[in-house]
Amino acid sequence: MEFTRRNALALGAGALVLAGLPVKGYAAGEAEIEAFTGGAAMADTGVTLTAPEIAENGNTVPIEVDAPGAVEIMVLALGNPTPPVATFKFGKLAASHQASTRIRLAGTQDVVAIAKMADGTFAKASSTVKVTIGGCGG
Amino acid sequence: MISRRDFLQTSMAAAALYGGSGFGNWAQLAAQQALTQDKLLEFDSFGNVSLIHVTDIHAQLKPLYFREPEVNIGVGNNKGAVPHVTGADFRRAYGIEDGSPSAYALTYNDFASLAKGYGRVGGLDRVATVINSIRADRPDALLLDGGDTWHGSYTCYHTQGQDMVNVMNALNPDAMTFHWEFTLGSDRVNEIVEGLPFAALGQNIFDAEWDEPAELFPPYKFFERGGVKIAVIGQAFPYMPIANPGWMFPEYAFGIRDENMQEMVDRVRAEGAELVVCLSHNGFDVDKRMAGIVTGIDVILSGHTHDALPEPVLVGDTIIVASGSNGKFVSRVDLDVRDGRMMGFRHKLIPIFSDVITPDAEVAKLIDEQRAPYLDDLTKVIGKTADDQTLYRRGNFNGTWDDLICDALISEREADIALSPGVRWGPSILPGQDITREDIWNVTSMTYGEAYRTEMTGEFLHIVLEDVADNLFNPDPYYQQGGDMVRVGGLGYRIDVTKPQGDRITEMTLLKTGEMIDPSKTYQVAGWASVNQGTEGPQIWDVVEAHIANQGTVSLDPNNSVKVVGV
Repeated sequence: MEFTRRNALALGAGALVLAGLPVKGYAAGEAEIEAFTGGAAMADTGVTLTAPEIAENGNTVPIEVDAPGAVEIMVLALGNPTPPVATFKFGKLAASHQASTRIRLAGTQDVVAIAKMADGTFAKASSTVKVTIGGCGG
Repeated sequence: MISRRDFLQTSMAAAALYGGSGFGNWAQLAAQQALTQDKLLEFDSFGNVSLIHVTDIHAQLKPLYFREPEVNIGVGNNKGAVPHVTGADFRRAYGIEDGSPSAYALTYNDFASLAKGYGRVGGLDRVATVINSIRADRPDALLLDGGDTWHGSYTCYHTQGQDMVNVMNALNPDAMTFHWEFTLGSDRVNEIVEGLPFAALGQNIFDAEWDEPAELFPPYKFFERGGVKIAVIGQAFPYMPIANPGWMFPEYAFGIRDENMQEMVDRVRAEGAELVVCLSHNGFDVDKRMAGIVTGIDVILSGHTHDALPEPVLVGDTIIVASGSNGKFVSRVDLDVRDGRMMGFRHKLIPIFSDVITPDAEVAKLIDEQRAPYLDDLTKVIGKTADDQTLYRRGNFNGTWDDLICDALISEREADIALSPGVRWGPSILPGQDITREDIWNVTSMTYGEAYRTEMTGEFLHIVLEDVADNLFNPDPYYQQGGDMVRVGGLGYRIDVTKPQGDRITEMTLLKTGEMIDPSKTYQVAGWASVNQGTEGPQIWDVVEAHIANQGTVSLDPNNSVKVVGV
């Protein structure tokens, strides 16, 4: 997988990014996930979430999602005051089903990507991103 | 048909049987007390490719003493696994006799007395002799430098790494990867790298703005050696902007990026690589984990955590070689590569006993040329150690060098509590030895050495300790940064290494009053090596020098301030 500057720009034109709204009264992100999947089961494979293990800067953490055959990929940062980060939508003519962006993380937390496939099934990937105050080098 | 894995293990067993791994020879040497250059370098050439690995030299041009750690705790799957084995357990694991040269080189016990017997270790002029000897045997051997080379001494600081660049260039390496080099600042690193006569590699060195591979640091390079097409892939230290000041190299991003590593391995294999070598500054546990995730790497030459292992560790079909630090060891790895794959290996961790190995005259002269302009400063005696006082750094929680540095911070900066970074570099000083200005710089030199003094609440101090402890004791190596625990002065605490972040540190005590640390109370804290931009204060080496000069003879109380449980 090559991901170049040019792809990023092309993707910006092809993908629609929707910001979410906070919903109270559920566990972090639960309401949004339910609204997205309708409560359907989610496979462990089918979507790849690439995120750093430790963020270099919690204010701008690069992440990438990739789900061949997906029509939508929702990204959530479960530890943020507002968990939904973005939902990427891919049209029928989309050559690839991947997107990358930068997200702000309030602290160490799990980032989740859920892909909705063309056949209506769902897949989920999760990754813990640590936000640290910095330490000591060997 | 015998599998590739069987081949590796067969070869390893054979090597052990015949002493070809080098280790059997060491034990004999101990018995004979016959430590000679020929014995140290003895090696039956094997296969068709030789790799020479040096790493984490930390600008140590001259011979030195270096005490290996007493405390090196492994967590999660690495509990009790090498390199988290020290002292008698280490000697037992590798069949090393007490008091032997290898016991002195690889373990901490009786360090001061063995050091007096066996002498100093390291010195790049001796390393040059070893490299030349291997090249005499195998002229096209690859010399690979794992990084942390242009940092760590008085002359390196004052020449912005030029002394090390000059001397390393004379050794003629084939490739290098990086960590502390970046603390010279990206302008200086770029300037040096643009003029390097060898490859500067890092598949995980990215452009921070675009998150694309940085053009100055290619991911890999191909070499044709012994009729074999070899790909060397670089892996720089993944957590540079976190463990070191990112503002000094804002254009660069790092990370482990094992998915990109897999892509690079697949790409070089597709381009015909018969042998894939990863020159890594990940740290040992991270390399072990990566070897279990990325397939197709034959050899990982591991650096960063300063472990010296007499035998490679095997993960799947990958061998991981750890070659110590501070110029104390050179690893030679001979490989048999046929039909596009690695069929076997022979390995030797060569300890650089400075009194036994003849210095290479040319490199010795070059080293002295680098030092000549600074010789008066380097050799200035500031104080000495008491007759029962060794100064060393390595250990998960404290070392006597850091105890001394914390004492200096508390007394010279009038603080309640001192914090000193858990770095793993810095040579040792024997009892009754003069402490020179160079010795002080060897354990403090860096481009962000300002000794700050600030107020911290008890709650924030707890957050700091928990944060650093998780960098060391997170059960997943990918979340570890490879340093040791932040050293503390004036403060005691209890740590349960098995607990999650937030629950490890308890019983924080202000030592001068014996009172528990109050989360809401404010304390005067002195420290150094802050990663924050704009940190103000005198340089740490000046603080330590003033303290040692005041003391005259350095004698430290035993440090019992950290209670460790869950080991």
